[in-house]
Amino acid sequence: MTLFTELRPLSRLSDGDEDGRAGDEAPLRARAAPATASTARPVPTAVISAITVLVILGLWSLASAHALVSPVFLPSPRQVLVAAYGLVVTGFVDATLAEHVGASLYRIFGALIASILIGIPAGLAIATSRVGRGILDPIVEFLRPLPPLAYLPLVIIWVGIGEASKITVIALAMLPSIILSTSAGVRSVSKDHVNAARSLGATPRQVLGQVVLPSAVPSILTGIRIALGAGWTTLVAAELVAATSGIGFMIQSAAQFLVTDIVIAGIVVIALIAIVFEYVARLIERRLVPWASHR
Amino acid sequence: MSILSFRDVSLRYPQRPGLRSAAGDNLVLDSINLQVSSHELVAIIGRSGSGKTSLLNLAAGFILPTSGTIAVDGEPIRGPGADRAVVFQDDALYPWLDARDNVGFPLKLKGVPRAERHERARQLLELVGLGEAGDRHIWELSGGMRQRVGIARALAAEPRFLLLDEPLGALDALTRSRMQEFLLRIQSRSGAGAVLITHSIDEALILASRVLVLSPNPGRLTAEIEAGFSSEILAGTPIERIKASPLFKRLHDGLTSLIHSLPNEEAAA
Ligand SMILES: Nc1ncnc2c1ncn2[C@@H]1O[C@H](COP(=O)(O)OP(=O)(O)O)[C@@H](O)[C@H]1O
Ligand SMILES: [Mg+2]
Repeated sequence: MTLFTELRPLSRLSDGDEDGRAGDEAPLRARAAPATASTARPVPTAVISAITVLVILGLWSLASAHALVSPVFLPSPRQVLVAAYGLVVTGFVDATLAEHVGASLYRIFGALIASILIGIPAGLAIATSRVGRGILDPIVEFLRPLPPLAYLPLVIIWVGIGEASKITVIALAMLPSIILSTSAGVRSVSKDHVNAARSLGATPRQVLGQVVLPSAVPSILTGIRIALGAGWTTLVAAELVAATSGIGFMIQSAAQFLVTDIVIAGIVVIALIAIVFEYVARLIERRLVPWASHR
Repeated sequence: MSILSFRDVSLRYPQRPGLRSAAGDNLVLDSINLQVSSHELVAIIGRSGSGKTSLLNLAAGFILPTSGTIAVDGEPIRGPGADRAVVFQDDALYPWLDARDNVGFPLKLKGVPRAERHERARQLLELVGLGEAGDRHIWELSGGMRQRVGIARALAAEPRFLLLDEPLGALDALTRSRMQEFLLRIQSRSGAGAVLITHSIDEALILASRVLVLSPNPGRLTAEIEAGFSSEILAGTPIERIKASPLFKRLHDGLTSLIHSLPNEEAAA
């Protein structure tokens, strides 16, 4: 052991940290590894999750097949599939599924663009200027904990029942996380990174554009991903209350006529879209800022 | 030829309320006088906390002295500038740029067109022995390679002085000794003056034409040694042979006992 300790610094040909503990523990772990491998391979989490989904679908099928619950309240999975097919082909309340989804997506991306255009400069202002923080902090702190549906009626009074009110409400729901993630990202910029740029001849403007903003991008993207999630829940809720198209409106109309299979199909579509958002957002993060995980 | 000079420079960090030091005084650097000319490499050694980084940050212009003047060719400095490029201990490379764009960064700041920037970056990467690494992500490079990219980036600014804050401190022993010789050759070829902060007496003696000792609390330059081994190394004498020479050993022992005789900041704190 003494010999090992003495030889360690020389045997490290590649660069490493100066922390010696990892070197001491590594052999222990290496010896322990085969033992665990030979006992039992653990069931992958994904398999457990898949089984859970299948069990729920199975219970659902059983319940509706034996008419434990009235089909009005709980249509069978098959009925829901048929309803979903009908939605795609002929639609419901004057619009196909694609048109409802399209209306919802239009709103959410309109709101996303608006909140990015406002949120990133606002976040920058909070992080870089005392005055900016003084002005914007109370507004963000007021807005952040408010459930968007609380101010939906007011927004409708102000901008009417049309698209603008929905986009405004969703944008307001998205804004705090974009503002806060931008300012957090800007504030987390490494002091050495800034100083390096200054000593290499950067002007304050160049420091902002070439160093501060790029290092805030991972945080901003995370903020956008969270905003998208928050915006989607708000959107569907807003459409339930006040809309003439959109996936939320479709569910609300179906519920009024007790067309439960459409309601369930709609809920599944909402969930699927949210999952796709999350997936695509993570994909974009990995593409755009592969370095974020290597900081 | 350029001269970087410190004249009666003192530094006091603003006192934080409720955090009063035992001495009741937070003077970090006291009456520093120092002249570094281009083509020479001056090393500053001292225990941690003696104010080495503060001294370098003053030279870089990141902070301003409480009193005294720091000037380049008689012109007092007012802030950071590309004439004094810093190489950091933790490389401070930009992870969103590949090696080539990191090296080309100072040129981009100056508005040098892309093609020219790439060509210059390629030359500099070749100079530091990384001709093939231009497309590599920063996080794919080893610590030694990163430091070389950092040095190439500093050189791209065509500085009159290189300010090196323990640039080899995070490297393992083998890489470190290879990098020492490399650093020496690059600095002498670049024609820039250099201030090297280190806490390795070996490194200071090998690389520097002059070694200055910074004593802590408050930081004062208390000793100066003309080393001069660097010219032998540049002439081709292996570092190991120099380290074995009686003169080197004598200077090394002298510096070691000098530094050990200085008050220990850690113990006082
Ligand atoms: N920004 C700062 N504000 C207040 N005190 C500081 C600051 N930076 C360094 N110091 C203090 O100044 C002294 C010298 O620090 P530093 O220059 O980093 O020394 P070294 O690089 O030799 O380790 C230390 O006591 C440290 O606590
Ligand atoms: Mg230091």
